[in-house]
Amino acid sequence: MEVPRIWRLRKQRYALVGEVCPHCEVKIFPPRDVCPNCGGEAKTRFDFSGRGVVFSYTVMRDAPAGYEHNLPYTVALVKLEEGPVVTAQLTDLGEQPVEIGMPVEMVTRKIRDDGDERGMIVYGYKFRPICFHENSQPASQGQAD
Amino acid sequence: MAKRLLKPARAVGIIGYGAYVPRYRLPGSEVARVWEGGKGGGPVKEKAVAGLDEDVITMSIEAARNALARARIDPAELRAVWIGSESHPYAVKPSSTVVAEAIGAGPSIQAGDWEFACKAGTEALVAAIALIGSNMADYALAIGMDTAQGKPGGQLEYTAASGGAAYILGPAEQALAVFQGSYSYVTDTPDFWRRPEQRYPEHGQRFTGEPAYFKHITEAGRALMEEMGTTPADYAYAVFHQPNTRFPQRAGQLLGFSDEQVKPGLLAPVIGNTYAGASLVGLSAVLDAAKPGERILVVSYGSGAGSDAFDILVTERVTERQRLAPTTAEYIARRTEIDYATYARMRGKLEL
Repeated sequence: MEVPRIWRLRKQRYALVGEVCPHCEVKIFPPRDVCPNCGGEAKTRFDFSGRGVVFSYTVMRDAPAGYEHNLPYTVALVKLEEGPVVTAQLTDLGEQPVEIGMPVEMVTRKIRDDGDERGMIVYGYKFRPICFHENSQPASQGQAD
Repeated sequence: MAKRLLKPARAVGIIGYGAYVPRYRLPGSEVARVWEGGKGGGPVKEKAVAGLDEDVITMSIEAARNALARARIDPAELRAVWIGSESHPYAVKPSSTVVAEAIGAGPSIQAGDWEFACKAGTEALVAAIALIGSNMADYALAIGMDTAQGKPGGQLEYTAASGGAAYILGPAEQALAVFQGSYSYVTDTPDFWRRPEQRYPEHGQRFTGEPAYFKHITEAGRALMEEMGTTPADYAYAVFHQPNTRFPQRAGQLLGFSDEQVKPGLLAPVIGNTYAGASLVGLSAVLDAAKPGERILVVSYGSGAGSDAFDILVTERVTERQRLAPTTAEYIARRTEIDYATYARMRGKLEL
C-alpha cells in the first residue's frame, strides 16, 4: 500500500472513527459519506466504542505479501456493538480458543512493516478478547470535575 | 544552596493515569536453560514481552486510553503528548504524533519523543509539570514506555522487558494526586549506553551499581526529602527505578524505607525492567491501591546518568478514578508464558 493511502485512512484505522447518518441514525463504518440504509448524505463523525462480538473467523496460514511476519493469525468478521461488521485480525489470544459470539474489543496494533525495515510502519485496529471486567467509560462521555 | 526544588508557580497534579503491560512472560528459568545449562535463576522471576504486533507506539496508545478513561477529559484539550523511551519504533519520526492521532489529541499540541535511557519517562513528566505549572496549558500527557533490548546470552536478557504507563497532568484542583515538589540529580556517568545503529546496549560492567544507580537515586531522594522537610516515615509508599528486584530494595534501605513501603510499587520480579516505563508503572500500581492523604516518593533512574525524584500527595479523587480503567495488577495477571524460542521470534532475534 502506498504512503498517501495509508495516511488518508489513518483516523479510521487507528481508532475506528466512522460516521452516523443524521437522517436515520445508522452508524457507518468505514466512513463513506452516504448512508447505506437511507441513501442520505452522512458526514457526521462517529467514534465507535470498539466493542463487538466475533461473527465468524478463519485462521490464515498463508498470508498476503507483507503479513507473513504474524503467521499464523486469525481474521474475524467482528459485529460492532453499534451495528457495522468489520474485517480485522484478532490478537492477544494466548491459549484462548476463538468462538463465534466471543466478545472482543478494539486495540491499535502494528499491522505490518511496509517492505523491508526501511519502509513505514502501518498501524491499525485489531480485536482481542475482552480481558478486563467492564468498568471503563469512553473519555468522551465523561465530565471533567 | 540556591533553590533546588522544582516547584511550579501553579500547583499541578495527576488527573488520570494508565498502565500497560503486554501479556507474554518469559521466565528467567528459560534464559538460564538456553544460556547457562539450566543453572541460575536470574535477577527476576519473569519478564513481560511485547507481542509480534506491539511496539512503543501501540503500547503507549493503550496506556494513554486508560489514562483518558480516568482523567475524563476530551483528548482535544491536551496541549502536549510526550513519550519517553529508548525503543521508539522510528529513529526519525515521532512516536508521539501517531499516539496523539490515535487517541484523538491534536492538532493543537506539543509532541515529542524524549530520550534519557530509563528516565526518559520522568523527564517528560517534569516537563509536563512545568507546562501546566507555568499556565501555558491546562492538560498534558507524559508517557514512559519501552520494549527494552537485551543481547541474547547477556545478563540483561533476564530483565529487559516491555511495558510502561501514561500520565495526564492538570491543575491540582482536578487531580487525584498532587505534585508537592520534585528534584533532579544528573551527572555524566558512563554506566550504560547504545550507539546509533547498534541493536543492543553495552554495560559499564560493575560500574552500574554504586557510582551510577545507587549514587543518583539516593542523592535525588535525600535532596528532595531535605527540601520538603520530610523523612521516610512521612511516605506510605516509595517507588524506585527497578532494573531488577534487589537494587530498588537496597535503594529503599539506604534511604531509610522499609520493605513494606517499597513492595507495592516493586513490579520488577514479575514483569522485569521496563526501562523508561519502570518507575512510572510502579507508580501506577501504587495509585491503584492508594488512599486519600497518603504520600508517595518516586525516584527514577536513567543511565548516563540521572534521577528525578517526586513527592506526590494522593487526594480524595483517587478512589472514584481507580476503577475507571484496568489496574496494573489486572494487566500483570493477564499472563501467557512463552518459551525462549517464541521469545526469540517475537523480539526479532531470528534473521530470515
